[in-house]
Amino acid sequence: MGQTMTDFLLELRCEEIPARMQAKASDDLARLFTEQLAQAGLKPERITSYVTPRRLALIAHGLPGETQAVSEEFKGPRTSAPEQALEGFLRKTGLAKDQLEDRDGVWFAVVEKPGRATADVLSEAIPAIIRAFPWPKSMRWGAASETTESLRWVRPLQGIVALLGEELVAIEVEGVTSGYATVGHRFHHPGIITIGSAADYVEKLRACHVIVDQEERKAIIESRAKALAGEAGYELIEDAGLVAENAGLTEWPVPLLGHFDPAFLEVPPEVIQLTLRINQKYFVLRSADGKLAPAFICTANIEAKDGGAAIVAGNGKVLAARLSDARFFWEQDKKTPLEEHAKKLSRITFHEKLGTVADKVERVAKLARWLVEEGIVSSPPLPFRGGAGGGASRDTIAPGTNPHPNPSPEGEGLDRAQLADLAEQAAKLCKADLVTEMVGEFPELQGLMGGYYARAEGLPNEVADAIRDHYKPVGQGDEVPTAPVTVAVSLADKLDTIAQFFSIEEKPTGSKDPFALRRAALGSIALIERNGLRLDLIFAALQAAGQSIVDRRFSPKSDALSHAIKAVGKALDAKTGPAVLDALGQVVPQVLQPTKEESARGFQDLVFMVASVRDFFLDRLEVAMKDQGVSADLIRAAQIIDGDGGKESDLVRLLARVRALQSFIETADGANLLAGYKRAANILKKEGYDDSGAPAMATAESQGIAQTGEEDPLALVEEPAIAEAVAEMAQGQPAAASAPAPEPAESALSAALDAAEPRAAAAIEAEDFEGAMAALASLRAPIDSFFESVIVNDPEPAKRSARLALLQRVRVAVHKVADFSRIGG
Amino acid sequence: MAGQAETLSFQGLILTLHDYWSRQGCVILQPYDMRVGAGTFHPATTLRSLGPDPWNCAYVQPSRRPTDGRYGENPNRLQHYYQYQVIMKPSPPDLQALYLGSLAAIGIDPLLHDIRFVEDDWESPTLGAWGLGWEVWCDGMEVTQFTYFQQMGGFDCKPVAGELTYGLERLAMYIQGVDSVYDLRFNDAVDDRPAVSYGEVFLANEQQMSKWNFEVADTDSLLKGFEAAEAECQRSIAAGVPLAAYDQAIEASHLFNLLQARGVISVQERANYIGRVRDLAKGSCAAWMQVNGWAE
Repeated sequence: MGQTMTDFLLELRCEEIPARMQAKASDDLARLFTEQLAQAGLKPERITSYVTPRRLALIAHGLPGETQAVSEEFKGPRTSAPEQALEGFLRKTGLAKDQLEDRDGVWFAVVEKPGRATADVLSEAIPAIIRAFPWPKSMRWGAASETTESLRWVRPLQGIVALLGEELVAIEVEGVTSGYATVGHRFHHPGIITIGSAADYVEKLRACHVIVDQEERKAIIESRAKALAGEAGYELIEDAGLVAENAGLTEWPVPLLGHFDPAFLEVPPEVIQLTLRINQKYFVLRSADGKLAPAFICTANIEAKDGGAAIVAGNGKVLAARLSDARFFWEQDKKTPLEEHAKKLSRITFHEKLGTVADKVERVAKLARWLVEEGIVSSPPLPFRGGAGGGASRDTIAPGTNPHPNPSPEGEGLDRAQLADLAEQAAKLCKADLVTEMVGEFPELQGLMGGYYARAEGLPNEVADAIRDHYKPVGQGDEVPTAPVTVAVSLADKLDTIAQFFSIEEKPTGSKDPFALRRAALGSIALIERNGLRLDLIFAALQAAGQSIVDRRFSPKSDALSHAIKAVGKALDAKTGPAVLDALGQVVPQVLQPTKEESARGFQDLVFMVASVRDFFLDRLEVAMKDQGVSADLIRAAQIIDGDGGKESDLVRLLARVRALQSFIETADGANLLAGYKRAANILKKEGYDDSGAPAMATAESQGIAQTGEEDPLALVEEPAIAEAVAEMAQGQPAAASAPAPEPAESALSAALDAAEPRAAAAIEAEDFEGAMAALASLRAPIDSFFESVIVNDPEPAKRSARLALLQRVRVAVHKVADFSRIGG
Repeated sequence: MAGQAETLSFQGLILTLHDYWSRQGCVILQPYDMRVGAGTFHPATTLRSLGPDPWNCAYVQPSRRPTDGRYGENPNRLQHYYQYQVIMKPSPPDLQALYLGSLAAIGIDPLLHDIRFVEDDWESPTLGAWGLGWEVWCDGMEVTQFTYFQQMGGFDCKPVAGELTYGLERLAMYIQGVDSVYDLRFNDAVDDRPAVSYGEVFLANEQQMSKWNFEVADTDSLLKGFEAAEAECQRSIAAGVPLAAYDQAIEASHLFNLLQARGVISVQERANYIGRVRDLAKGSCAAWMQVNGWAE
């Protein structure tokens, strides 16, 4: 280009910018500046941006003095086009007719855009940036604010420095004009300073006690705080957020160390840390023994005349007052047992349709007890009882057995009754700290304080731990509880929240999840997975919210329906969701004998709620597993069980199936089987066999249970023909007519199926999904040779239908293990 | 009473601020003669921050927060305390500098003490008002709330007023270096007339008023009073006397605070009461805009 390059300095000075907004504002300024200049065809070599509490600054290095001249070509109307078209084109291009070129009967305009002075570009661009600046919150001020159209900025904008090289770039935004003048440190250098160019900006301000580079201020705070801690014989507890915040509150940071009365250390350390960090923005220190040190580091914004003695003394006093408050709360709260605190929860609304927090606590306590009594959550097995680690399942502990399996003093191997009592006790107290003074002051200490108070009043450790940890896991990477009492309370709390909100149709939609139900589901999934909890989601949801729906729907007959639900529970011996739904459908009308409409509505609400809770979990599971590299395909394939379109509702079993499936399709056998399956499925599809493996047969799923809310679900159970059809379909084998003599490959495939079907079925029954996959693998070779040597579409109808029936058998056999049609690729 | 004579007494602090803000062109008003929770409730702030007319004033406002009562046993918490309020409309371009000048006037040296403007946005649900600004820290202690009003009574402030609220007891404790509010030197001794402490003036008040707020006040008459103030406010709005209506809004607001201290308002009801008070305050502001011809 041959132009000399110049640096541009921009400083937007205003009253104190909130610390939390500075980093993003600095990025936004650089981004908007780059965009605005790019529109004019300018691109600086690089941009350096600075931010302090009182200024946003930017240096664009290496800008040319002018933008490049550009010549733009526009195609116009045909020369034969009507006059109006030509006029329009001339107006658009701003040219006269004799400036156009006629190229083969089409008008062309060549518009020469001369280069513009960069200073002109800047004096237009900067006001545009200022007016469009995306502050999270902005305000009006001063005399100009007599109209609401006046300029908005984060706090009053005080001045603009805009220098291209040494030349002032003229900028005017609503009465604020650009100049060479800025100010130094508010107290050290209150007067005006004159900036010569970008080159002297940083150093001139440094001389006036302003370090414009936020990174440099951060480094000063960090290293000085560390040094001060070391000199006092302590260790700094590092906190990058606090470093950044203090850098955002100072232009000339000066860390200072002070002490507080060690007597305050009797208050839980988390409380002291929060008081220091959140309320006062002080750094926290550790003594050599690892405990909190009775000291703090504050960051002043001045080089004080007395070396900071008055500042340290003042801050120490404020801190002492705050810590006295905290100690007062701690002592005050301890005077009342948690059980008493918990009574006040009846004054806090949980949700207007779901009652008070006390109501929630009652439900959670029942559910926690149920989780233990059902054997879903249990103590880790004692060593002599053997068995795999992790949580127990219904299979390993039969309900009602082992009344006294040698309780150990450590709490390991608590018997079921003890565990149930502890879980219920912990659940009843788990929210009590919400009404304590301390949690009122520091809401982020919920749970933790309850744990401290429980221990202080001598409650069992299991209970205190459960109260402390029952909100966990809060997010990804958070610790997942494994202590049985904690697991029961934590899971019960989350299941209650999800099922209850679903029962009143408060489900997350799109980006809206006001009750954090997605987080609750992810937390539940983590608990279930980590502890191997054998939990039927359908049954759990019913347990968590069934009674509430009953109460809402059937107030006068609630006893009858709740009896019905218990009866469903007893009738429920099967392991799968559809079985629960069937059982419900049979038992509810028998026991309740309501009017048809009443029964239909109540049943529908229950079924919709439980099915949508299950679907919600399956949906969340896809999200959770994605992070572990499991594709949604596999989860969808594995969640369709028994080939009948019912969905899995036991996440542990589902995950086992998913993992087996994932390993299987990565093998050559798996990949080939999948290809053979797809080929079979395509042929069947062409022949009008539907996905379920039966020709034109309705499945439970396609009947619409809990899918749309439109159908009467009782129709399903009150229509015996459908029930029969469902049963038959589950068999998967419409009776075959007398068959013509098969080809060898047909016989071989048929024989392979005869062998593989029972093997796969037995393996699935035993939840040995690798075994089930291995059984499927034995089909690979016979399928391959079937397709190599047999033509399905035989002209002879009997042969053709026998071959189709064989392919259908293949599909049914595969579907019993997983729905391969869901797997892509 | 302890305390170095060279520091300002409590009343000396008030007199110094009066003198300072008077020199900045402020009308020095006296406290509003009603029970209010904060200086912002004074009609000189609430109503005068509306409309286009310039308005600069300063005043002390005794403020009552019944739930903060501690029977005189807590050295920092009071159910009755003083706020020093400055309101300048439109907000002058050098309001921060003017404010820092006031700190210098009361003896706070900004090269000895660490003065900071820390983000703190202000919102008053009962006044339908909000603004942006800071809490001003002096050596880690909040000494002033500094706000640019953006809305009042649900109306945009045109132009914006700047509001400064100093916590006088806190500031005085800091200046005098005492740990308990009751040890503050209220005035200075002159000849044989002794200095009086804050405790001598207010301790009995804190003890008795805490007891009344929490235990004695008759909740039935408070409830009736609330209803009566609400009705009177609405009648006054209809009658076109917004200043009178606003008095009743203030009254209702304070009675609500007392009912809360008596613990008779459940969590659910609380939002409802706040909504009712807000309606009164907003209605009064709307009527004020109307009679002044500022309504759009």
